[in-house]
Amino acid sequence: MKRVYVNEKWCLGCHLCEYYCAFANSGQSSMVKALKGRRIAPRIQIEERNNISFAVSCRHCTDPICVKSCISGALSIVDGAVFIDSDKCVGCYTCILTCPYGALTHSEQGAVQKCELCKTNEFGVPMCVQGCPNQAIVYEER
Amino acid sequence: MAVRFLYPEFEVVRNQDRCVACRACERQCANEVHRYDPELGCMVADESKCVNCHRCVSLCPTRALKIVKTDHAFRENGNWTGKAITEVYRQAETGGVLLSSMGNPEPYPIYWDKLLINASQVTNPSIDPLREPMETRTFLGKKPGGIQRDAQGRLINNQTPQLELSVPVMFSAMSYGSISYNAHASLARAAQALGTYYNTGEGGLHEDFYQYGPNTIVQVASGRFGVHKDFLEAGAAIEIKMGQGAKPGIGGHLPGQKVGPDISRTRMIPEGSDAISPAPHHDIYSIEDLRQLVFSLKEATEYKKPVIVKIAAVHNVAAIASGVARSGADIIAIDGYRGGTGAAPTRIRDSVGIPIELALAAVDQRLRDEGIRDQVSVVIGGSVRSSADLVKAIALGADAVYIATAALLALGCHLCRTCQTGRCNWGIATQRPDLVRRLNPDLGCQRLVNLVTAWDHELKEMMGGMGINSIEALRGNRLMLRGIGLNQKELDILGVKYAGE
Repeated sequence: MKRVYVNEKWCLGCHLCEYYCAFANSGQSSMVKALKGRRIAPRIQIEERNNISFAVSCRHCTDPICVKSCISGALSIVDGAVFIDSDKCVGCYTCILTCPYGALTHSEQGAVQKCELCKTNEFGVPMCVQGCPNQAIVYEER
Repeated sequence: MAVRFLYPEFEVVRNQDRCVACRACERQCANEVHRYDPELGCMVADESKCVNCHRCVSLCPTRALKIVKTDHAFRENGNWTGKAITEVYRQAETGGVLLSSMGNPEPYPIYWDKLLINASQVTNPSIDPLREPMETRTFLGKKPGGIQRDAQGRLINNQTPQLELSVPVMFSAMSYGSISYNAHASLARAAQALGTYYNTGEGGLHEDFYQYGPNTIVQVASGRFGVHKDFLEAGAAIEIKMGQGAKPGIGGHLPGQKVGPDISRTRMIPEGSDAISPAPHHDIYSIEDLRQLVFSLKEATEYKKPVIVKIAAVHNVAAIASGVARSGADIIAIDGYRGGTGAAPTRIRDSVGIPIELALAAVDQRLRDEGIRDQVSVVIGGSVRSSADLVKAIALGADAVYIATAALLALGCHLCRTCQTGRCNWGIATQRPDLVRRLNPDLGCQRLVNLVTAWDHELKEMMGGMGINSIEALRGNRLMLRGIGLNQKELDILGVKYAGE
């Protein structure tokens, strides 16, 4: 299955992936409309210290601990990718506590949000990858 | 603070309606132009630091930025232009030699733009390169003067070593030091993918790039940095650099702050020491001395590699080239005054040397007149900007061209001409690890391959249009060119007729 991978060697720490992610999942038609004057809550986040930076988003683990820990059945695996059904989510945050990557976060819309590889929004392909200027984030089979 | 005589050259125009304050501009500007002001709640800019490299413009996700030339004006006149006034102020402030980067930007004539290419009509029909074979493969090196046979009448192979190019375009010398590791990696990989060559410049060859040796030209210049037996043997050819188009007659200076551990090892000089290339080679004062170096290098590599001698296009270039041809060099590289550099004194860059078009025509004619054109191949550089320039260069007599500025543009260079600051936002002319990282060689290599592949397509189209199906038939074929807007002297030197003749 194709996943989002990060080549930290090429990450510039420009944070553009976060903005493309926030825009892609906003449902708005332009980035300006989606993000102007707002604090963004992207599903991919740059971790950085000193000269090292890299983007972190859901790994879509083959044996995802978040899915196992979900008490309401909101998290499920479809074709290898982990999706969340916000109608079922009860906001217990167990998944947030268990994810070793910190890839699930609180959402202002539903209770919890996570990267769904842009498969549930209008773009269809991960926008963080499209927006990365240095191919530090790639979407590929490994 | 003292009185400021100079107003910033550029203005940063931000469309606040579009700016989402993602701060990518701030994070990407090594000149620290952009800043987020939490009190104002928006991005602000200090345009006095802007060099107009377009890094922020290119990365802005909402196209909220553009850079414009300021319309702030001096009381200019035809003699005292804004530029002349500015430069006097800068020197009065600093007391220093003005430094500049990249090629001569002055509005001298560009002869490429005054030459027109022929096409076939009715007779000698044109050729469609998509349907018929079109040969752009080129061999560089001395061509045998005659057929030799042994006592039994069998042919003796008297062919000297040759460079084989799939396209008549090579990447010219840029040292590791003046450009980054990733820029070198991009050039090396692209040269390999394209079946052509890149040139190490005078900085030695990083150990990681020995694997690209079959596509590498190694350079020996006046500082002899990084020259040792393995280095000479690693390359496909050896280039002796006598001069550089951007700064004929002077040497080079890589500041000590750019000489980090890797560069120190590659150049074989102490870390942090200035790398100074002398203006002359201290062992070359005549063609005979040059011949000694040519043959020393051939001896060191067992006569397996062609030797290139690179000279700058200066006033007596034809006579100099004739001497070089007789020195035993296999290839002459001529660099015109538009050729780029990482740093040169502005006055020298802008006022020394001659146009490559005239130099090439003069050299080719002189070598032909003296009957020694076959003894050497001629490669020219110094601002070949497009495949049209390439076609014109070959028709004027070049065997191949060197490109460097065009190659750097492909890698992201925006010709901001501030390489000497070492803060290249595109990761090219810098050694700062955080900036070097910005040039991913996977992307860089692909863009170089794309550029040269595109030129190759266009070259074939133009050759086909002329009814020519091999580079050999175009080389020195000045009947395929006509001049426009040129005087008789210029036409005579270029050896072309006027349009309509």
